[in-house]
Amino acid sequence: MSELATERQIDRSKMHVGSDVAIQINNMNKWYGAFHVLRDINLTVNEGERIVVAGPSGSGKSTLIRCINRLEEHQQGDIIVDGTELTSDLKNIDKVRREVGMCFQHFNLFPHLTILENCTLAPIWVRKTPRKEAEEIAMHFLEKVKIPEQADKYPGQLSGGQQQRVAIARSLCMKPRIMLFDEPTSALDPEMIKEVLDTMIELAEEGMTMICVTHEMGFARQVANRVIFMDQGQIVEQNEPEEFFNNPKSDRTKLFLSQILGH
Amino acid sequence: MSDISFVRTDMLPEQEPPATTVGFVGWARANLFSSPLNAILSILSIVAVLFVLSVILPWAFMSSWNATSLTDCREQIAAAYGPDHHGACWAVIKDRWVQLVFGFYPPYPIDGTAHLGSPPEGAWPAYFRPIATFVLILTAVAPVLFDKLPRKMLLITAVFPFLMPWMMWGGTFWNPVGAMLGFGIGYLAYRFIAPIAGSLAGVIAAALLPIIWWLFLMGGFASTMQSIIALDIPTVNSRKFGGFTVSIFIGVVAIVGSLPLGIILALGRQSDLLIVKALCVGFIEFIRGVPLITLLFVASTLLNIFLPPGTEFDIILRVLIMVTLFASAYMAEVVRGGLAALPRGQYEAADALGLDYWKAQRLIIMPQALKISIPGIVSTFIGIFKDTTLVSIIAILDPLGLTAGIRANAQWNGIYWELFAFIAFVFFIFCFSMSRYSMYLERKLKTSH
Ligand SMILES: Nc1ncnc2c1ncn2[C@@H]1O[C@H](COP(=O)(O)OP(=O)(O)O)[C@@H](O)[C@H]1O
Ligand SMILES: [Mg+2]
Repeated sequence: MSELATERQIDRSKMHVGSDVAIQINNMNKWYGAFHVLRDINLTVNEGERIVVAGPSGSGKSTLIRCINRLEEHQQGDIIVDGTELTSDLKNIDKVRREVGMCFQHFNLFPHLTILENCTLAPIWVRKTPRKEAEEIAMHFLEKVKIPEQADKYPGQLSGGQQQRVAIARSLCMKPRIMLFDEPTSALDPEMIKEVLDTMIELAEEGMTMICVTHEMGFARQVANRVIFMDQGQIVEQNEPEEFFNNPKSDRTKLFLSQILGH
Repeated sequence: MSDISFVRTDMLPEQEPPATTVGFVGWARANLFSSPLNAILSILSIVAVLFVLSVILPWAFMSSWNATSLTDCREQIAAAYGPDHHGACWAVIKDRWVQLVFGFYPPYPIDGTAHLGSPPEGAWPAYFRPIATFVLILTAVAPVLFDKLPRKMLLITAVFPFLMPWMMWGGTFWNPVGAMLGFGIGYLAYRFIAPIAGSLAGVIAAALLPIIWWLFLMGGFASTMQSIIALDIPTVNSRKFGGFTVSIFIGVVAIVGSLPLGIILALGRQSDLLIVKALCVGFIEFIRGVPLITLLFVASTLLNIFLPPGTEFDIILRVLIMVTLFASAYMAEVVRGGLAALPRGQYEAADALGLDYWKAQRLIIMPQALKISIPGIVSTFIGIFKDTTLVSIIAILDPLGLTAGIRANAQWNGIYWELFAFIAFVFFIFCFSMSRYSMYLERKLKTSH
C-alpha cells in the first residue's frame, strides 16, 4: 500500500496553496454523550490545500470531517468554513453545505434514481439550476470521471469503483469549493481503488481544496501537501508528507506507520 | 505418457433431459411426491379440495337466477335438478342488485326526496351521481397507478378528494372550494410565518389555521358565496347512503386520507421536536390500542355528548373521520418500518448535498421508504376496505347491513349464503386487484439488478 497504484505523471502546476483560508477550526471539542470524541482541535486549511487525515480506527477522523459540513454538531469552539461560522443557524449550515462536497465510504448514492438523476438532483432542487443545464453539467462531470455511458443506469447496476466515481461527480455538480472524502476507497476491491484515486488526483490537479481521510499512503505521499495524524480524538502530528513518512516525531505516529506500511 | 493424460476427441451433443424431470410429470415429482410424507399430504389435500369443490360447484352452478321469491326459487330448483338438490338461489341478487349497489341513494335526486318511480322531468340518468363519482375515482386513481398515462390527469387526482364528497352529498359547490382553500391557507401560513418565526411556528400555523378555517369560517364562506353566485346540486341525506356505494365511499376516503396522514405521523414520530413526537406516539398508540368498533360507537353515540346540543354532525362524516384516523395510525407504523429500513447514509448524502428536511424527505427518503413499505401499505388498504363492513354495526346500511333487511322481507325470508357469497365475491375482486397491483408495482420499481 505504500506505492500509489497509478503510473501516471502527476501534474503539480495548478496544485498550489493559496493564501485565503478555506476552513478554520479553533479549539473545537465534541462529545458523543459523555464520550469526548474530539479534543481541542485546531486546524487551518488554506484554499488549494490537499490534506490527508490518517489515524487508527476510532480516532475521530470521520467525526472531524463530518463536523466541517455539520453532519455532526460540535459543542465547543468554532468552525468557520469559507467565512461562514457553523452554528445552529440553518441558513449558515445550508450555505456551508453548498460549498462543501462530501464522498462517503459506502458511496451513499440514491438507489431509486438513475446516475444522471443522482447528479442533477441537488443542482435542480438546491441551486435552482434549470433541468437542461443541470443535465449538461452532470454529463460534463460524468465524462470527467469517465462513465458518461452509464448515465441512464441505476446505481445498483454499477461496480463499486464506478459508484464511487459517480458519487464524486454528484458532489462536483454542486460546484463545491471544498471536497471532503471519508475513506473513499476502503470499501473497494484493489483494482477499483486505482480508478477512484485517479479521479481524486485529477481533482487535486485542478486546484480543489481537499480533505481526505484515507489509508492510501501512496496518495498521501504524492498528492497531499500536508498529512494529519489523529489518535484518541486529537491531532497528534501534522507535517509535509516527506517529513511525515520519513521522519515521524511521535511514537504513536511511528507505531501507526509501521503497522500500516506493513514492515 | 501417464494414465491421467486425457484429450477429448469428439464433443458430446446436447441431449433432452429425462422425461421424468420435465413437463407435468417432472413438476409433480418435484413438488408433490418428492418424499413419502409429501406424497401422503398431497393426496390428502387433493381429496379435500375435490370434496369441497364437489359440494360448492353443484350448489353454485345448478342454481336458479330467475325467481320472485325463495319458495319460487326452491320449486324451480327441485323441478330442474330433483328434490334433494341444494342449489343457490341467485335470484335474490338479481332482485336486489340495485339496492346492494346503491343502497337507498335516490336515483334522481331533485329535491332531496327519493324518486323511486319513473324519472321526473329533465332528470339525469338513474344513479347518475354515484356512478359519476365512481368514474371520477377511477380517473383520479388511474394516473397514480399507471405512470404511462398523461401526467396532466394528476390534476383530477388533486381535486377529486374535494369533489367526491360534494358529488355524493350535494349542496353548494362552494363547500369543496372552501375545503381546498383551507389547504391554500395552510400553505400560505407556512410560507409567510416560517421565515419570520422559524419552521416549527410555521408548521404549527400551517396545521392550526386551516383547522380553524374549516371548523368555524368555511360554512359562512360557502353560504355567502352561494348567495352571491348560486352553484348547487340537490343534497342527499347520509341516511340514504348504503350498499357497495357506501363501502367504496368510506374505503376510498380512508385510503386516500390515511396515506398522507400516516406519512406525517410517521415523520412526527421520528421528529427531534419532543412535543410533536409525543403527540404522534400518543395518537398512534392510542388508536392502535382501541378496536375500530369502539371508535365507531364513539362516533355514532358518544360524540353527541361532547358536541353542543343541536349541532348537526353527519353520521357518515363522523365514520369517515374515525375510519381514516384509525387507518392512518396503522399506516404510520407501516411507513415507519420503511423509514427504519433506510440506511443512515441516505439521510447523510441528502444533507451533505444541501437538501433541506422536506426536500430530502420528498425526493430521497419517502420514495424509498414507501417503496419498501408497498406490501404493508397495500395490506393496510385491503384491511381498511374490509373493515368498512363494520359500519353495519352502527346501523349504516353497507352490503352486510342490507342483508338483514333483505332477509326480513317475506319474499326472501330464510335466504342466507347467497347474499354473503355474493358480497364476499365482490370484496374479493377489489382486494385481490389491490394485491396484484402491489405485486406489479414492486416488480416495476425494482432498480437493483
Ligand atoms: N453516533 C455516534 N455515537 C456515539 N459514538 C460514536 C458515534 N459515531 C462514532 N462514535 C465513536 O466515536 C469514535 C470516533 O469515531 P470515528 O470518527 O468514526 O472514527 P474513525 O473515522 O477515525 O474511525 C469511535 O470510538 C466511535 O465509536
Ligand atoms: Mg471513519
